[in-house]
Amino acid sequence: MTALLDVRDLSVTFRTEHGPLRAVDGVSFQVARGETLAIVGESGSGKSVTALALLGLLGNAATVEGAGVMFDDCDLTALTPEAMRRIRGNRIAMVFQEPMSSLNPVLTVGEQIAEPIRLHKKASKAEALRMAAGLLEKVSIPDAAARLKEYPHQFSGGMRQRVLIAMALACQPALIVADEPTTALDVTVQAQILDLLRQLTRESGAALVLITHDLGVVARYADRVAVMYAGRIVESASVRDLFRDPRHPYTRGLMASSPRLAVEAKTAMATIAGQPPDLARLPAGCSFAPRCPDAHARCLVERPMLEVVSPGRVSACHGPA
Amino acid sequence: MSANVPTASATTVEPTSDRPPHALSSFLRRLAREKPLGLAGGIVFVLLFVFCVLAQVIAPFDVNDTSLVRRLEAPSWNHLMGTDHLGRDVFSRVLVGGQISMIVAVLASALSVVVSVVLGMIAGYFGGRTDMITQRFVDAWMIFPDLILLIVVISVLGPGAPQTVIVLGLLYGIAGSRIVRGAVMTVREMTYTRAAQTIGASWWHILWRHILPNIAPVVILLFTARIGAVILAEAGLSFLGLGIPPPAPTWGSMLSGTGRSYMYIAPWLAIAPGLCLTVVVYSINMFGDAMRDLLDPRLRGTR
Repeated sequence: MTALLDVRDLSVTFRTEHGPLRAVDGVSFQVARGETLAIVGESGSGKSVTALALLGLLGNAATVEGAGVMFDDCDLTALTPEAMRRIRGNRIAMVFQEPMSSLNPVLTVGEQIAEPIRLHKKASKAEALRMAAGLLEKVSIPDAAARLKEYPHQFSGGMRQRVLIAMALACQPALIVADEPTTALDVTVQAQILDLLRQLTRESGAALVLITHDLGVVARYADRVAVMYAGRIVESASVRDLFRDPRHPYTRGLMASSPRLAVEAKTAMATIAGQPPDLARLPAGCSFAPRCPDAHARCLVERPMLEVVSPGRVSACHGPA
Repeated sequence: MSANVPTASATTVEPTSDRPPHALSSFLRRLAREKPLGLAGGIVFVLLFVFCVLAQVIAPFDVNDTSLVRRLEAPSWNHLMGTDHLGRDVFSRVLVGGQISMIVAVLASALSVVVSVVLGMIAGYFGGRTDMITQRFVDAWMIFPDLILLIVVISVLGPGAPQTVIVLGLLYGIAGSRIVRGAVMTVREMTYTRAAQTIGASWWHILWRHILPNIAPVVILLFTARIGAVILAEAGLSFLGLGIPPPAPTWGSMLSGTGRSYMYIAPWLAIAPGLCLTVVVYSINMFGDAMRDLLDPRLRGTR
């Protein structure tokens, strides 16, 4: 069986006042049906841009290139805007990181959950609202029928994120893209939301692309991981392999800089030295070389390509000298 | 009981389009409690509006009923606002003049708001080249001083109520599109607009259902502010003799014609229409302010 989503050599270039800016550079990955793929990286590594490019929502300032984004054997980049619109919210849904601003303040929660159903399933208003009530129950909001008539400001952040998940699930999509779905939430609520997202995607058989910078979330919820740095995937592996044996120095750096309770409190937290590179002035060789503890002469001049290191995992590194 | 469920839920789950009947009275109670000045403004405006619409019924005298015996009489029980230089009853003339002014104001304001919303939403939502082209058009339009443009159009088409409505509506509409555009650009950047795109909503759906309700406070304020402005502009045109042609009475022409000429010997001729103008514009502005504050959904339920 082919993958549900097959992104091939995707690049995104923004036109800026200072010339073109390549935010995503030759990214390829696949997501199988029902699988959870985590995309990890620092701010500005191109995670969110990749997600928006999948949905064709980058607007006029960006150019998307590559060998296609195959979704269910249909190239999303070749679709007309109208055909793409019919896929969004229907076959591919998205959950954003700002639950506080992702809901329209002037429409009731019920109307907003019913909206994708009415748009794509051509359901009547009453029917869509009945389905919305069912969805609210599914995301564990008590007293769903009454809360349908409430406005977003009457919901807490965690509740709103539940509403957004209900909206994403409304048309039983084959793929859900969640862009840092828990970043804006309290730690106690984060786990609840992610557990819910996992449970519901499993029930419906939907695949999940989980964009995050939190390795703890990756370890707990993902099946496979793609690590992005400066617009490129630098390592991709199953969660097990990645955490047991990270191959790329950047992945190792990320893991080392995750806080751990076991470590004595007085030792300084490990960090990756330096700053993420300016995308407009990427170094000629490996983008990570200036910050890499293992960098050597070759890293500075020759860009490492993604190479298969063992079945199912790739890494882009020349390795230690 | 179970047979009633679908109809009951159909009427209660839809608070924006078919509100249950008590919603209006509860809204009026809120208006009275939180914005008494706004409510007073609304009542005064509605009263004046009704008086003016029913002018022909209420007016004690015919507006063109002249009498040289009764000329320039001071206000009395018989003539509430006195009489003018031709012995016509000023009270009757203010009522009938108000009717023309009000109808012109409401129509021209409605036209201007439609023009502003359509232009502003297209420019603000689509941005880029669309925005650039519409904005240069708006710039070019706004270079002409309002009054000059009005005078040119009126002198070509001749004075009359329909041309006044169209010219004032376009004039204020195009200028007001800037305000709508700004509001739309703010709403466009909100995540919920992007979220609406990710659920596959069309641009028309997004504009109509997500953006328009969110800029409603701006649109309401624009409409009420325009009513005041149009009444003043129409008075200004009539003052210059370019408004509704005589002998039809309008507040502007009453001020400019008899009002100005006889200001020192019969001040009521200027005071009566002038006072009406002030009260109407003030009351509608108070009402508009209050409506904007109350209808802002972000403030709903927070007090």
